[in-house]
Amino acid sequence: MRNTFANTFYELAKTDPRLFLVVADISPVASAAAFQEEFPERFINVGVAEQVMVGVSAGLALRGCIPFAYTIATFTIYRPFEMVRVDCCYQNLPVKLVGIGGGVTYSTLGGTHHTQEDIAVMSALPNMSIIAPCDPAETTAATRACIDLPGPVYLRLGKAGEPDLTTQAPDPFIFGKIRRLKEGKDLCLLSYGPITKMALDIADRLEQENRMSVAVAGVHTLKPLDREGLAEILARFSTVAVIEEHSCIGGLGAQLKQLAWDVRASCTLKTFSLKDEFIHFYGNQRELWTAHGLDESIIYRELAALK
Amino acid sequence: MTKKDTFDVSAARARCRQHRRRILDISQTVSALHIAPAFSCMEIVDTIYYGLMRRDRGPNADDSFIISKGHGSLAQYAVLESLGIVSKAELDLYGKPGGRFATHPDYGLPGIEASTGSLGHGLNLAVGMAAADKVRRADRVVFVVMSDGEFQEGSIWEAMMLAPTLGITRIVGVLDLNDFQSLGQTSKVHPNFYPVLDKVRAFGWETVQVDGHDSAAIHAAIANRSGAKPFMLIARTTKGKGVSFMENVPVWHYRSPSAEEYQTALKELDSASS
Repeated sequence: MRNTFANTFYELAKTDPRLFLVVADISPVASAAAFQEEFPERFINVGVAEQVMVGVSAGLALRGCIPFAYTIATFTIYRPFEMVRVDCCYQNLPVKLVGIGGGVTYSTLGGTHHTQEDIAVMSALPNMSIIAPCDPAETTAATRACIDLPGPVYLRLGKAGEPDLTTQAPDPFIFGKIRRLKEGKDLCLLSYGPITKMALDIADRLEQENRMSVAVAGVHTLKPLDREGLAEILARFSTVAVIEEHSCIGGLGAQLKQLAWDVRASCTLKTFSLKDEFIHFYGNQRELWTAHGLDESIIYRELAALK
Repeated sequence: MTKKDTFDVSAARARCRQHRRRILDISQTVSALHIAPAFSCMEIVDTIYYGLMRRDRGPNADDSFIISKGHGSLAQYAVLESLGIVSKAELDLYGKPGGRFATHPDYGLPGIEASTGSLGHGLNLAVGMAAADKVRRADRVVFVVMSDGEFQEGSIWEAMMLAPTLGITRIVGVLDLNDFQSLGQTSKVHPNFYPVLDKVRAFGWETVQVDGHDSAAIHAAIANRSGAKPFMLIARTTKGKGVSFMENVPVWHYRSPSAEEYQTALKELDSASS
């Protein structure tokens, strides 16, 4: 995802002089180096200084530029939070805040490098849009979408090695719309970000081992949520389940429960999220998910039991 | 002839007296406003608008102004009104239902180029604006007025470190050094903040210190800057300048004068003018 973002940005920035890349001592490698070499004035490394990374980006946007502010997700949005809120959101400027390693991607770097609650925090900000692509192709589409949006965007990315999940999808990527990744009848799984792979794997297993027909939809746009599309899914399926790499507070699961009340949904609604707890141990990303109950086998068994 | 000679100081003095009167007038219609912080930077803001900013070159070519100490916004509003950028009717609605101009400036209003109020944001924005101008080879200067209390925000120092690194020269910062912040004297809250000029210079800025109520000195210092580095004017000021009972008295950071105090203040302004 990191390379895909850099390559997409580079392709777009070659012909769009409004685009700037503002980084805080972390670079998306790949084509970012080519961009830096060819357009040194539009590549700004502020150093380890995230407040000015976001503030300078807002200043660029005040001059009609479209800056992408890029670093590890927790430093993109938490460290300079008030610059995100006031400079970007209150002034409604087209600053694109790119967070690499969203969720617990940086599993071996510990809790200081995790964003377990970023969707909740960013969702609470007026004017903010949030996109969390699930694979490289969706990262390309999301990066392009950022440029067309007139306001601030939080682009939550994974890091590296994410497999393709969307090439065979029945729906294209459309900002603000949920995207069918796989058709099905009995059950619908909703997910976003790289953990969408787990949702697709669970769907396959339920179909093969339990003869269930399982749909999977990607909710790449977390804000604004596609309320219509989600309401339609709540109405059409008897069971809907969310799998997300995010706290149980304020993410897709929690927001979907709010929506379910608003539309008087009668389906069974299951949410599989990270716990409202910091993670004080180390391991790979999957091991951290498992510790919080985001385990493929556990989720599979729970959903299979619903049949 | 230096550029200093082109600035009419007696006209500036008359304008600033009028600006202060206007702010006092507004104070009689609302309860929440910051008079003393506005009076502190009155000559600074007036000199920038009337003597230094180039404002007749079009929307994408004019110089820019940000009052980063957003609580001093009345100084800017009064100047904007005197220039006809903000109407009297609009400013009469200051802080009232239906009004758009109030305690802190909002981006998008006439003459307001950034939303400030939370301290330590304006210089960062200014560096971004100047970086865009530099890439476009645009000859635009960004003026940004900050307070000494505000200089305690770490973000100011992040921006101060970055501007020279980016080779930005078209920023003119003015530090309104009135030695007061909410809980007392800045020099007592942070004695090691002084001398501030040396610190700013050490970060790669050109710096000059002047009396911040001397319009001629402000004008000369900024107009005669070298232009080789970002520029920071250290302007020594008196919080509440112009009304003796407000000067250096913390409560006037936000208090609105009574009718009697208002009359006394007006008389002082008038007598000082002679």
